[in-house]
Amino acid sequence: MPRQLLRNGAVVADEWVDLNDAPLPQDSRAVIVGFDRWRNERDNLRQYAGKLGVKLEPAHKVEDLAADLPRLALVAANFPGPGDGRGYTQARLLRERYGFSGELRAAGYVRRDQVFFLARCGFNAMDLPEEELPGASAAFKTFSAAYQSSNDAGLPERLARR
Amino acid sequence: MYRYDTMDRALVNERVEQFRDQTRRFVEGSLSEEEFKLLRLRNGLYIQRHAPMLRVAIPYGLLSSLQLRTLAAIARRFDRGYAHFTTRQNLQYNWPALQDVPDILAQLAQVEMHAIQTSGNCIRNVTSDHLAGITPNELDDPRIWCEIIRQWSSFHPEFSFLPRKFKIAVTGTPDDRAASQVHDVGVHLVRNETGEIGFEILAGGGLGRTPIIGQVVREFLPRQHLLSYLEAILRIYNREGRRDNLQKARIKILVKALGIEEFKRRVEAEWLLIKDSALQLDEREVARIRAFFPPPAYRCLTDRDVAADQEKAFKAWYRYNTHAHKMPGYRAVFISLKAPDIAPGDATDAQMDFIADLADRYSFGEVRVTHTQNLLLGDVEQERAFELWQALRSAGLATPNIGTLTDMICCPGLDFCSLANAGSIDVARQINQRFDDYDYVYDLGEIDIKMSGCMNACGHHHVGQIGILGVEKHGEEWYQITIGGSASADAALGTVIGPSVAKAEVAETIAKLLAVYVEHRQEDERFLDVVRRLGVKPFKERVYATPIAA
Ligand code: SF4
Repeated sequence: MPRQLLRNGAVVADEWVDLNDAPLPQDSRAVIVGFDRWRNERDNLRQYAGKLGVKLEPAHKVEDLAADLPRLALVAANFPGPGDGRGYTQARLLRERYGFSGELRAAGYVRRDQVFFLARCGFNAMDLPEEELPGASAAFKTFSAAYQSSNDAGLPERLARR
Repeated sequence: MYRYDTMDRALVNERVEQFRDQTRRFVEGSLSEEEFKLLRLRNGLYIQRHAPMLRVAIPYGLLSSLQLRTLAAIARRFDRGYAHFTTRQNLQYNWPALQDVPDILAQLAQVEMHAIQTSGNCIRNVTSDHLAGITPNELDDPRIWCEIIRQWSSFHPEFSFLPRKFKIAVTGTPDDRAASQVHDVGVHLVRNETGEIGFEILAGGGLGRTPIIGQVVREFLPRQHLLSYLEAILRIYNREGRRDNLQKARIKILVKALGIEEFKRRVEAEWLLIKDSALQLDEREVARIRAFFPPPAYRCLTDRDVAADQEKAFKAWYRYNTHAHKMPGYRAVFISLKAPDIAPGDATDAQMDFIADLADRYSFGEVRVTHTQNLLLGDVEQERAFELWQALRSAGLATPNIGTLTDMICCPGLDFCSLANAGSIDVARQINQRFDDYDYVYDLGEIDIKMSGCMNACGHHHVGQIGILGVEKHGEEWYQITIGGSASADAALGTVIGPSVAKAEVAETIAKLLAVYVEHRQEDERFLDVVRRLGVKPFKERVYATPIAA
């Protein structure tokens, strides 16, 4: 069975392949490459026939990816552990400052207890551990309202605001 | 004071349910110790030396009598009949059982209280001047802005996993009673040349291992931009603050590494991009919040010297434990939680109930918590001060020592805290025993002792005129002494006088420091001013003139 993840509130099969250092596939499957590889092989990768995604590490600056966003169908932010919150800022900037409308995926250490904040910052796809997938969408309802503005792009329903 | 509407109420209740679920998953085993730790910390729950410690938020130190009674009831039912007020105007329970915590939070929620973000690497409870709204020289009531910050920072989706904790303090007068210059961000209400009221913003202050006084990032910020500016600072910090070393993760280290000019440039650049967004404060929302802080129904009175023909004990109490009020005929009355025989900042459930009753009777049902770990009744008629004093005295709450040597700030230390190197509560007791002569203490004038059980500096020792830091030497408790610190408008870090002293010598060492002061002071010169004028040398010489017994 293919891996599954939470996307737009539903548990779906993940059609994307994490390419790492492997060569581009022949069948134009959707692929994700790391930001460093993207930077090094940008011209070549842009020619790829299939959909492209780039995975950011927390230290990467979204500003450095801004010009490439029109070519990308997916941007992933990697969360290396439970305490590193830089991915939240990356997401907000991608959505609010650079108008990215493709899939924004939270990868790495992603758990149900973060889903609500991730969605508020703009992540619409969350790579949760398999055992957390059933019932994970309940986390979108953790809070019914919000005090502060954010793009909320990953939330299925609007939050009450004052 | 601010009252919850349906939205505030829903959010706090939803938080209780979220935490109940997390606790259940931890107990069942589906959340690991490490994962649960990050979640419980967001609700103020630590695992301490003996038991969990639960820290309850008291936003900007303001409590209704009903809330205080609830805190007392929780202390009685779920703890050992007392609680501890902290230097950030919060309250801590030292003995709750983990499985009771969701119920405690639910009980707090019923009176519009919570433990949200009282620990963990997020924006902490915002603190302020305990004399907000009643002090004569205030530009605007800081509590309005505190409440706006409280709401904005609660469950902030972007800033819930910062490199380290983040503390904000707001003040409305040039006197700084909130230690704002040793906060990650200090917000000062100021007036510009055209008479407009806005904010001066400081960043990068903090205590702990690397104490630093905050620096000005912006001299004047128009009011409507408060949240966008804070968001810009937090965003720069979240992106660029160090995460490789816990000791270097506070914003002060970032500000220091970049230099204030570069830090400022980055904050301003970010701010320009978001200042006109939805973060801009809506005048109606500010007005809505302002409406929660109307002046109480003061009577039309005149000032009178009510202590004039009273007994000496009342006179002393009135002089030290009450403070000027902007309304004629009123005083702000401190309730000292620094009786000689109790741990500084502790109050029993019976005392809390008693104070709640006094608040109803004498001060419009409100109580304030000070960052110096005392309580305050803000709006007391001068004519009724004597009556109030008698009541307080009967409950052991009229120790006339506010602002004096024995009004010590003190962290829980070795008795409760698992990080401590040394005890602080028993040293406080030792100091109280040594300086039990009030005439001597009063003669010393304005002075303070601040004491921490370890480098984390929860007792703010760096900014005490006399600071005491517990250190460990060969498994024994020793104490490093600093002098010349201040947390007020003239904020400064104290200087270490020399090698640390043994536990039994702490009070005697202080006695020597005070003797030097008394010999050298000119007229009304404060201890702090003498240290500034003479430097530490004469103090040091006296303390170490005879070898200190180990
Ligand atoms: S200063 Fe140290 S000992 Fe005191 S409460 Fe803080 S961490 Fe604990």
